[in-house]
Amino acid sequence: MTHVLDPDALADPSGAAGTLPDPFADVTRSNDAFRAFLHGLPGVDQVGAQARVTQLGTRSIKTTAKAWAIDTAISMVDLTTLEGSDTPGKVRSLAAKARRPDPEDPTCPPVAAVCVYGDLAGVAKEALAGTGINVAAVATAFPSGRASRAVKLADVRDAVAGGADEIDMVIDRGAFLAGRYLDVFEEIVAVKQACGSAHLKVILETGELVTLDAVRRASWLAMLAGGDFIKTSTGKVSPAATLPVCLVMLEAVRDFRAATGRQVGVKPAGGIRTTKDAVKHLVLINETVGADWLSPDWFRFGASSLLNDLLLQRQKLRTGHYSGPDHVSVD
Amino acid sequence: MTSLFEYAPAPESRSIVDIRPSYGLFIDGEFDEGTGTPLKTVNPATEEVLAEVATGSTEDVDRAVRAARRAFTRVWGPMRPADRGKYLFRIARLLQERAREFAVLETLDNGKPIRESRDVDVPLAAAHFFYHAGWADKLEHAGLGPAPRPLGVAGQVIPWNFPLLMLAWKVAPALATGNTVVLKPAETTPLTALLFAEVCRQADLPAGVVNIVTGAGETGRAVVSHPDVDKVAFTGSTEVGRSIARAVAGTDKRLTLELGGKAANIVFDDAPIDQAVEGIVRGIFFNQGHVCCAGSRLLVQESVHDEVVAALQRRIGTLRVGDPMDKNTDLGAINSAEQLARIRELVAAGDDEGARRWQPEGELPDRGYWFKPTVFTDVSPAQRIARDEVFGPVLSVMTFRTPDEAVAKANNTTYGLSAGIWSEKGSRILSVTSKLRAGVVWANTFNEFDPTSPFGGYKQSGYGREGGRQGLAAYLKGDD
Repeated sequence: MTHVLDPDALADPSGAAGTLPDPFADVTRSNDAFRAFLHGLPGVDQVGAQARVTQLGTRSIKTTAKAWAIDTAISMVDLTTLEGSDTPGKVRSLAAKARRPDPEDPTCPPVAAVCVYGDLAGVAKEALAGTGINVAAVATAFPSGRASRAVKLADVRDAVAGGADEIDMVIDRGAFLAGRYLDVFEEIVAVKQACGSAHLKVILETGELVTLDAVRRASWLAMLAGGDFIKTSTGKVSPAATLPVCLVMLEAVRDFRAATGRQVGVKPAGGIRTTKDAVKHLVLINETVGADWLSPDWFRFGASSLLNDLLLQRQKLRTGHYSGPDHVSVD
Repeated sequence: MTSLFEYAPAPESRSIVDIRPSYGLFIDGEFDEGTGTPLKTVNPATEEVLAEVATGSTEDVDRAVRAARRAFTRVWGPMRPADRGKYLFRIARLLQERAREFAVLETLDNGKPIRESRDVDVPLAAAHFFYHAGWADKLEHAGLGPAPRPLGVAGQVIPWNFPLLMLAWKVAPALATGNTVVLKPAETTPLTALLFAEVCRQADLPAGVVNIVTGAGETGRAVVSHPDVDKVAFTGSTEVGRSIARAVAGTDKRLTLELGGKAANIVFDDAPIDQAVEGIVRGIFFNQGHVCCAGSRLLVQESVHDEVVAALQRRIGTLRVGDPMDKNTDLGAINSAEQLARIRELVAAGDDEGARRWQPEGELPDRGYWFKPTVFTDVSPAQRIARDEVFGPVLSVMTFRTPDEAVAKANNTTYGLSAGIWSEKGSRILSVTSKLRAGVVWANTFNEFDPTSPFGGYKQSGYGREGGRQGLAAYLKGDD
């Protein structure tokens, strides 16, 4: 089956950026108040979280369920190239692959978005015109985020002007780890404003936050600030996406929706390379937050090599035999 | 939850096991038919008869005990301890090699999900043999005197909830310490014990060191009351445990009993709630709640009660109940019609006494013995579902307001096998744990087992410890 992106799904029902959802209207009145709120969230037991994902990792997904999972995973891919050596030609070639991931099989769904640096957003936009595939651009001095707020906002506005439908920003991890939560919050609010109608993914860079308690706090911070998606990693820091981190982020979006009525998406990025990894994530969604998140409107994989493995497994399922890596295109 | 992502059936193949139409007793290294009337063992998930199994009469038990005595005096007792260890290592490796076979057979005979028999029962059983194999030639360093000696023949009676694992808990320490064994498996789950007998032959274990006599209560009585048995080890119900204690009273036999439980799982308001919910599920729904140390009483701090119960119900809604052979099944079949009747009786008592019952939606299979995961809220400590061991997937939720109240309520039971505590505050965990009268206390986890850790109860949960250095004491004597 093929997923079609619902253009309304990503619209922010909470209104203008910076408006806090009802039950949390005053938690950002001061840094101390915000800190008290974030530290009052239930803790995460790291051993327990690991045990849970290990157990879910034993789910056996076969035949029809596997076929559904592979197609769904393909439709959730943010096909990514974030190299210093990127060129317009490479982006155009990626766009072609995004539209028709398997040129020999028209039933193969397209991916959700192509993710590039801001200066190439225009190239991607042109190459993807009329396809319904979004252009995502990383911004805010990605991947380190070490620049003045003015530079970061200019970066965002530039990418949006270039045609980006989605902005992947990084949070200021230094400020977060130093306990300056309100600074991080205000920066996300400002970026969200600069995004205009483009929707905002907030990269927490969980590999630098290290603890799962910090991941939960950063997730809530980003959701309160108006992020449409929370995203694990830039892909430039190791470890990138891990299953326990994804579990905690899914629990956060689940609890946030229960409290505010607003649904936020999740995007693990970096380190997800195999179909098996992708299926484990889908199982995690299915049994943590449920089917409401099982669509590219609410869940994405930030990945470059994952797509080829999904395509090989898809071919295997259809033809009954494995083909080699030469049967999918190199990027 | 809608069904956007339905898991296709993923049944484990049963072709790896070859179930014979009938099984005999394993005495003195040979299988024979026995002289009692054979029993039938059924698959509780389908009610299909799996095999006919011999019943050991008093004479059969006597033959087994004599074989064990012979093996003890002639072979196993005098053997170099390091060589005994080699046999145990060999058995452990064979259990690993034949792990899938054991897992499939256990699931067919017991009704537990293949995920659990594959990932818990069989690996832990092998781990117990590995652990005790290592002890075999180091017993003088076990803190039990300079030259501890074996007792002789151990008569062991085990339950149906973890057939192979309970066998390992009993047989591994007995053999490592130089004793020989007459073991009676539960009447509803004899098959993995008989497969274990084949493993003993495969490992060239000397004849008579392990004898397995199947049968029902009568056979068990014959084992524990045989005059030439030096040591009795029993795991099962408190009721049967009492009668064994009476039978053994006034004799020279040593006795360890591992009996029932009604464990409190205590959730403080500073707990990691999501993991606590996982732990509650694992505490009461692991192995369909057929666990003597199951966390069947949930004590939740009042300030988080509603939040925890809501999260728990949401989580229980994702449990997959059904075919135990499906690799994605979380909750399998109730082991027997008899046990199902007992669960139903206690649940009906909960309804009558005014507790509020909740069960998730969903259908149960038509054939076989099944019971839905069940949560009772508004439970008062006086009600039967708060006091009696249900031994099924039934949780009773109560509240408390202060740590002292939590401890008082947790200890207010005739049992004392296990308990759990959930809190992010280390000092609270330490202070509450030291006040709980339970043999095992889990902190921020539940139903976690390891051969290095002693296991056993307070009060009517029995006496003696199994596992760890402490568990060796039950099978050894010092200089006397």
